[in-house]
Amino acid sequence: MAAFPTQFAALEPYADWALPSEADRYGKRITSTMDELQEFYDAAFPLLDSSTEYLQGAPIDGISDEDRNLLWLFSSLITVSFPIECWRQPTVPDSGPASIDVTVEPRP
Amino acid sequence: MTSFPRPAEGTWTEHYSELGTAPISFQDSISPEFYRREQDAIFRQAWLNVGRIEDLPKKGSWFTKDIVAARTSVIVTRGPDDSVKAFHNVCRHRGNKLVWDTKPTQEAQGFARQFVCKYHGWRYGLDGSCTYVHQENEFFDVDKDKLGLAEVQCEVFAGFIFVCLARQPQQTLRDFLGPMVGALEGYPFELMTERYSFRAENNSNWKVFIDAFQEYYHVPPLHTYQLGPNNRDPNAEFEGAHYQLDGPHRVVTTSGSQKHKWPVETMYPTEVLLRSGNMGPWDATEFDSELPGINPGGVKRWGIDNFQIFPNLEVLIYERNWYLSYRFWPTSHNTHVFEADLWFTPARTARERLAREYAAITVKEYALQDAGTLDGTQLGLESEAFDEYPLNDQEILVRHFHKSVGDWVAAHEGTAAGASR
Repeated sequence: MAAFPTQFAALEPYADWALPSEADRYGKRITSTMDELQEFYDAAFPLLDSSTEYLQGAPIDGISDEDRNLLWLFSSLITVSFPIECWRQPTVPDSGPASIDVTVEPRP
Repeated sequence: MTSFPRPAEGTWTEHYSELGTAPISFQDSISPEFYRREQDAIFRQAWLNVGRIEDLPKKGSWFTKDIVAARTSVIVTRGPDDSVKAFHNVCRHRGNKLVWDTKPTQEAQGFARQFVCKYHGWRYGLDGSCTYVHQENEFFDVDKDKLGLAEVQCEVFAGFIFVCLARQPQQTLRDFLGPMVGALEGYPFELMTERYSFRAENNSNWKVFIDAFQEYYHVPPLHTYQLGPNNRDPNAEFEGAHYQLDGPHRVVTTSGSQKHKWPVETMYPTEVLLRSGNMGPWDATEFDSELPGINPGGVKRWGIDNFQIFPNLEVLIYERNWYLSYRFWPTSHNTHVFEADLWFTPARTARERLAREYAAITVKEYALQDAGTLDGTQLGLESEAFDEYPLNDQEILVRHFHKSVGDWVAAHEGTAAGASR
């Protein structure tokens, strides 16, 4: 069964990024290699770019399972955008032993 | 060259002449003995923000808050009459911690008609009254009416719930907050209900992390990457637009950070796509109401107010109509728990949600840079290589904070000494 709306079929190989919590998304980011992050970013970013109108037309209230999965995948793209666009490594440079964990977040 | 008007004295620090301009000691951030004095003088005396009214969504809602520095936990409840009350989270019978989930060392929240002690089954109403004593006839002259929970002073300001552990607070909450913070009464915090919360356990004195958030002098060198690749300059200079002190509280206002008006080539690709960033979603929800209390200095092109509310609450209000609060809870002289709550207007569409997610993640990414400095700062200060450290004019709030902490401890100890004579 498809995880995403049909026009986002190109994202099906990356369905494992459609994770419900920021904690899961960040955990996957920092345990991935830069090559893996880059591959996901290269697949997802163009679709985010072309889907502005679609996402504007997807209400949060009563969101469908497919749109919710898409929301979660693009949320993963957000966390992955920092290693790709900014840090050039999976973790925040010089953040040392620090960790900051999400405890409350909107669902969906 | 300065871009913003300054006080007649030429600097903010000299404007508040009681601060002086001398280097300051950070002994208050490394001394176990001073921490014990702070516990008594500050965390058992001052009004402390323990949550928001949104944490108590309906009658019967409750949450617990552990205040390690005061060696207690409080239960905050919303009763059948909608009144917000707080109690020490301790059973009147044998002192067991009354409300907890799986571990007594973890905070809990929920909805209840009454609280039942796990140990001997005593029960309490949301108003703290004792409603049931198991095998009451086995006791000697017990009167349930006199066996309620120990109430803690609790007041709500602009939706922020505060408690004061002193049996008799020196000031009402409003008097404590003073006119500058008090002016925020009526700001529409209640319209921002979409929440992200983060928590961290950090290896530094609580004040060391507060210091990291109450000056922007560190921003160009530490957060060089806040700007996209074409615009980075670690030697960029920063200038705060307005600084103001009021009692133990303080604010710094920044200007010119209306990032949504910047050229797109200075930004990151995802930032531009989602129209969001570290200053919040660009497409702000417009508020119909007045916005009292913000921009106390009347700064042109207002960007952010950074209110530092004594002792351990920080509230940042952004021009894009969202806000965040940070709370710093000491757990020892060189450890603390950091809590961050980010509040947005509710997203109506998936795209609006992603804009909020981007802002929240940006805050976390850069806060990790700030948190990354903590171990190093604490280790450095504890080496006692230097007795005093120079602070510049942009670090006026750091100077004022440590002076306020010292003044509070001295005043409390003076009062206590006077009372014991």
